[in-house]
Amino acid sequence: MGYALQQLINGLTLGAMYGLIAIGYTMVYGIIGMINFAHGEIYMIGAFLSVLTYVLCTALGIGPTPLVLLAMLFVSVAFTALYGWAVERIAYRPLRGAPRLAPLISAIGMSIFLQNYVQLTQGARIKSVPPLWQGGVTLWSADDFRVTFGWAQLTVVVVTLIVMAGFAWMITRTSFGRQQRACEQDPKMAALLGIDVDRTISLTFILGAALAAVAGMMAVLQYGVIDFSIGFIAGIKAFTAAVLGGIGSIPGAMLGGLLIGLVEAFWSAYLSPEYKDVATFSILVLVLLFRPTGLLGKPDVEKV
Amino acid sequence: MTPLRTLALAAGLAAPLLAHADWLVGVAGPFTGQYASAGDQIKKGAEAAAADINAKGGVLGQKIKLEYGDDACDPKQAVAVANALVNKKVQFVHGHWCSSSTIPASDIYNDADIVMATVSTNPQVTERGLKNLFRIMGRDDQQGSVIGQWIASKFKDKKVAVLDDKSAYGKGLADEIAKAMKAAGKEPVLRESITAGEKDYSGIVTRLKNAGVDVLAYGGYHTEVALLLRQSDQVGLPLVIVGGDTMTNSELVTAAGKFADRVYFTFTPDPRKNPQATPIVERFRAAKIEPEGYVLYAYAALQLFEQAVTQAGGVERAKLEPVLRKGKFDTAIGTLEFDEKGDLKKPAFAIYKWTGGRYDYAE
Repeated sequence: MGYALQQLINGLTLGAMYGLIAIGYTMVYGIIGMINFAHGEIYMIGAFLSVLTYVLCTALGIGPTPLVLLAMLFVSVAFTALYGWAVERIAYRPLRGAPRLAPLISAIGMSIFLQNYVQLTQGARIKSVPPLWQGGVTLWSADDFRVTFGWAQLTVVVVTLIVMAGFAWMITRTSFGRQQRACEQDPKMAALLGIDVDRTISLTFILGAALAAVAGMMAVLQYGVIDFSIGFIAGIKAFTAAVLGGIGSIPGAMLGGLLIGLVEAFWSAYLSPEYKDVATFSILVLVLLFRPTGLLGKPDVEKV
Repeated sequence: MTPLRTLALAAGLAAPLLAHADWLVGVAGPFTGQYASAGDQIKKGAEAAAADINAKGGVLGQKIKLEYGDDACDPKQAVAVANALVNKKVQFVHGHWCSSSTIPASDIYNDADIVMATVSTNPQVTERGLKNLFRIMGRDDQQGSVIGQWIASKFKDKKVAVLDDKSAYGKGLADEIAKAMKAAGKEPVLRESITAGEKDYSGIVTRLKNAGVDVLAYGGYHTEVALLLRQSDQVGLPLVIVGGDTMTNSELVTAAGKFADRVYFTFTPDPRKNPQATPIVERFRAAKIEPEGYVLYAYAALQLFEQAVTQAGGVERAKLEPVLRKGKFDTAIGTLEFDEKGDLKKPAFAIYKWTGGRYDYAE
C-alpha cells in the first residue's frame, strides 16, 4: 500500500511535467492542425535558461532561494516564449497555405537547428544545479515504509497545478481565450469577424513555449542534470500524452500527461524499469490504432 | 706473448663487451599531443629509476640507457615507433601508454623477442595470447570483482542491489560485481537495468526502497548516479552507491551536491601512499618533482627490469620470461606477481570515497 502510494507520487510528478509540455503540442495542433516538432527543443531551451539564471544568480551572490527560483521562472518563461514566437515566425508563417509536408519538414529542421545551436553554444557536457532541498514530508508510514513527498516533487506538483489553473482560466474566461478557441474552430470565419488570426497563432506558440519553459524549470528543480539532448525523449513522451488525451483537447493533454506519468511509474514499480519506454510507446500505437481521437478528443477531427 | 698479440687479444675480448656495455631500455608513450602530460610523467619516472639503478652499479654490472619512442597515442605511429626501437636493438620496453597503441606495438616486440611491461588497462592487451607482455596495472574488468568482494565484506549485514545502464562498460561491470558477490556468499536482492540518458528514475529508487536496499552497486556513468542519488533522497532513501572508475568525474559532485559523499568507487591506487615507495617519493620531492600519476609506474617498470634481469642472469626472452612469470618483485607500486596471461595476480584497484568534493581512500 505504502509502496503503491509512493509510486503514485512519483507518477504524479512526472505526469505534471509531461502535461505541461503536452499542452503546447495540443494547442498548436488545435489551431493550425500541425504537430510542432520543435516543441521538445523549446522545453530543453527552457531548462537551459533556468540553469543559466541559477548560475548567474549564484555568481552575483543573489539569494535567498525563493528569490532565485522566481528569477529562474521569469527569465526562463520570458526568453523561451521568445524562442516559441521565433519558431512560428521562421518555420510556420512563411509556409501558411503551403502543402502540409512543407511546414512539417521546416519544423523538424528547426528542431535539429535548436539542438545543435545549444550544443555549440553551451557545450555537449551535462549542466547541473545542486539539489536545492533535501528530503521531504512524510505523508504516511506503515510496515517500515514511510511514504515521502520530496520537497522538489511537491514544488513541481503545486506549481503545475497553479500554472494549469491560470491557463484554464485564460482559455475559458478571457477575450484572448475566446479568440484562440474561435480560430481553432474556424479560422476563416474568425478572420471575417475581425480576429487577427496570425497574431492569435503567434500567441498560441508563445503560450505553449511558456508552459514548456515552466516544465523545463521543473525538470531542473527535480532532476538538476540537463544536457542538449533532453528535448527529444521528453517531447516524444509529451506528444504521446497529447495523443492519448485527444490531440487538440487541452484538458485531454493534462489528463494524458498524468496518465503517461502514472503508467511509467507503475510499470517500473511492478514490471521492468528497463522497458518502461516500451509501455509508453505501446500506448501511442494502441491509441492511434483503436481510438485515434484519444480519450477527450473531438470525433470530428479529420486532420492528420 | 708479444705486446702486439696481447693487445689484439684484449681488443678481441673487449669488442663484444663494448657492444653490450649498456642495457638499452625502450620507453614508449605519448610524449607529444593530447596526452603528453602522461608521457612527461613516464619520462620523469623512467629517468629517475635509471639514474638510481646506475648509481648502485647498474644491472649485472652494466648501466641502463634509455631510448625514447613517441607514439602520440596514435596506433599507426606506435607501430612505426616499435619498429624503430626494434632496429635500435632495445632489450626491454616500458610502454606504451594508450591501450590502442600498446595492442598493435606489442605484436612487433613479440616478433622481435623483446619483453615488455605496460600500464594499458584494456582487457584485450593481455587477451591475445602474447607471452612477452606483462601488465603492471589492473585491468578494466578486474574492477567488478574487486567491488563485489569489497561489498561482500564491508556491507555484510546490508541489503545490496545491482543495477546497470545497459552500456557495454556498465553491464560488464555490473555482471562482474554480481558474480563476485555471489562467489563471496552475498546474494544481490535485486538485479535490474535502467536506460541511460533518461532523467526520471523515481520508479526504480522507490523499488529499491521497497526492497529495503541500503547499498546499490552500479555499473555505468556518473550522470545517472547523480540522478539516482537525488531521487532516492526525495523518496526518503539514504542510498549508498558503489561504482567504477567513471565516478572520479567531478561533475558528479556538482550534480549530486552533498549526496556525492555517499559514493564509493574503484580506481587505481595512489602509489605515493605505498609504504615501500616512501623513500623514493621523498627523493622525487627533494628534486622538486611530484611523483603523481604514472611517474612511479615507470619507476616500477625499471625496477622490475632490474630485478628480473638480475635473477635471470641475462636479458634474453627465454631467460627473462619464466622469471617474470614465476617471481615476486618488490617495486615502488607494491609487490608484483603475474599470472599466465601477464596480468597482475593481485589486481591493483583501491576503493575510494568522495568526501566534501574530494576523493580519497575509503577506510
